[in-house]
Amino acid sequence: MRELFRLTGSEQLSLIRSREISAEEATRACLARMEAVEPRVLAFRCVLRDAALSDARAIDAAFSRGEDPGPLAGLPIAIKDVICLAGHPTTCGSRTLGGFIPAFDATVIERLRNAGAVLFGKTNMDEFAMGSSTENSAYEKTRNPWDLGRVPGGSSGGSAAAVAADMVPLALGSDTGGSIRQPAAFCGVPGLKTTYGRVSRFGLVAFASSLDQIGPFGKSVEDIARSLAVIAGQDPHDSTSASVPVPDYVEELSRGLAPLRIGVPREYFPRGLDSQVGDAVRFVLDRARALGARVEEISLPHTDYAIPTYYILATAEASSNLARYDGVRYGFRAAGAKDLAEMYRRSRSAGFGKEVRRRIMLGTYVLSSGYYDAYYLKAQKVRTLLRNDFVEAFQQVDLIITPTTPSVAFRFGEKTEDPLQMYLSDIFTATINLVGIPALSLPCALSREGLPIGLQVVGPPFGEARLLSAAAALESDLNFRARHRPKALDP
Amino acid sequence: MSIQLETVRHIARLANLEFSEEELGIFARQIDSILVYIDKLNELDTQRVEPTSHVTQKDQAFREDRVAPSLEVLRALANSPETKDGHFSVPKVIG
Repeated sequence: MRELFRLTGSEQLSLIRSREISAEEATRACLARMEAVEPRVLAFRCVLRDAALSDARAIDAAFSRGEDPGPLAGLPIAIKDVICLAGHPTTCGSRTLGGFIPAFDATVIERLRNAGAVLFGKTNMDEFAMGSSTENSAYEKTRNPWDLGRVPGGSSGGSAAAVAADMVPLALGSDTGGSIRQPAAFCGVPGLKTTYGRVSRFGLVAFASSLDQIGPFGKSVEDIARSLAVIAGQDPHDSTSASVPVPDYVEELSRGLAPLRIGVPREYFPRGLDSQVGDAVRFVLDRARALGARVEEISLPHTDYAIPTYYILATAEASSNLARYDGVRYGFRAAGAKDLAEMYRRSRSAGFGKEVRRRIMLGTYVLSSGYYDAYYLKAQKVRTLLRNDFVEAFQQVDLIITPTTPSVAFRFGEKTEDPLQMYLSDIFTATINLVGIPALSLPCALSREGLPIGLQVVGPPFGEARLLSAAAALESDLNFRARHRPKALDP
Repeated sequence: MSIQLETVRHIARLANLEFSEEELGIFARQIDSILVYIDKLNELDTQRVEPTSHVTQKDQAFREDRVAPSLEVLRALANSPETKDGHFSVPKVIG
């Protein structure tokens, strides 16, 4: 048998379920792998070693009593440090939340526990999920397992790197403008942003509430389907969670590609696109044709306006959401302020990092008196136009395929001095959040430098089942995982 | 540069943030270049377009207004930097 930690989540699950291995063995294998590679990757904010082992033993005990501990029984999962886990620190990558310990579990955590998953640890991220490289974490710089001199992407860089480095088979991230899909592409693992409302946001620390969604990373599309089946569904604690029924994502995985119409938006292959990325995606489109899909060019004419729209709406919502960090109920408080206003100002200025302060400033500006119509209202209107682009496209095609990112993983420091350049790395992903539809990044090839290239499969609202079955068909045709693995860790 | 330093100072006050003069200058330049980029939206005529605030435009979610247990006071206070007699404690509000 291959080393246990290298198996996909679904493979580990079936070994645990058939009792060929115990849940404790699975968790111990992940812990041992984590100890061996984490000092080089720095994916975790904290590892819940004792809690994970005792959860795993409880699963084994349930099995020996003849009970079914749930669909994810004994499977270790890492959680982005923006999702609340009762009794364990949740920092959001920020100094502000340095000592913060949530009093309750996020709904996704509760669902994972009920499904028998083993909560393995909290992963590093850009502060408050603002960034595309995880370099904005106040704590550490997570490295890309494929090349330790490069970023893992962001903001869910820790979750993507932990899965890519085989430390855990599954991880949760959050995606506001690409924060699951971009690091998934950079780290060579599948990662899904779900339809807005598909997964409860209760217990997810808010960045931009009309855009944020929680979603899974896995080693395979099947891993993604299995974890989505557990976390999806309406939640009375989140009024924006949808009442749409949750299909059996695992059952529907085998539907294949054959009758599908796939749209390829010409605006997603601009001149600045890394030619290796473009070639890799075109190769996959040829494979899709060979597998029986109909591939046609489409147009999403407002694509160029997505990033400016995104940065108005996301920063406006962030400036409002982050007003809660005032040093009163939780978070950092600066000492020695002579009155309340000074205490607010000094606590916030010392607690937040540069990018967070920059976005709060931009968001406050676009919402301020005299500018609201010119920026915020204008952006909301363009959001309607972007949405119409996709509504029309999905009358013509079943799915859309694009590159996930315009280039492969970049080096540390390469984009930190120019926020606009950093923002542009979300150019193919942020639109999807504005429109609220699901999209998955699938690793499809390696660049000449040996770095993963990601492909984005986009579906209509609540079209996750179709999207996942198409991605699974491409995945088994491309066979990326069997052909490539991060050499930086195991030469 | 189209954004004035004084405007940036005003925004900082609104956002309850403070900056050194040097930081203020850097931020002003960066925000300015982002705003220039954002101005691209003015190429679009949106006079007849309705704004989208939320993509799932369903009706508001309602539930019965029933009393249920919520977070106990001590647990709610547990993360506060300063508490006093079962309350959050803050510096003087009125000078």
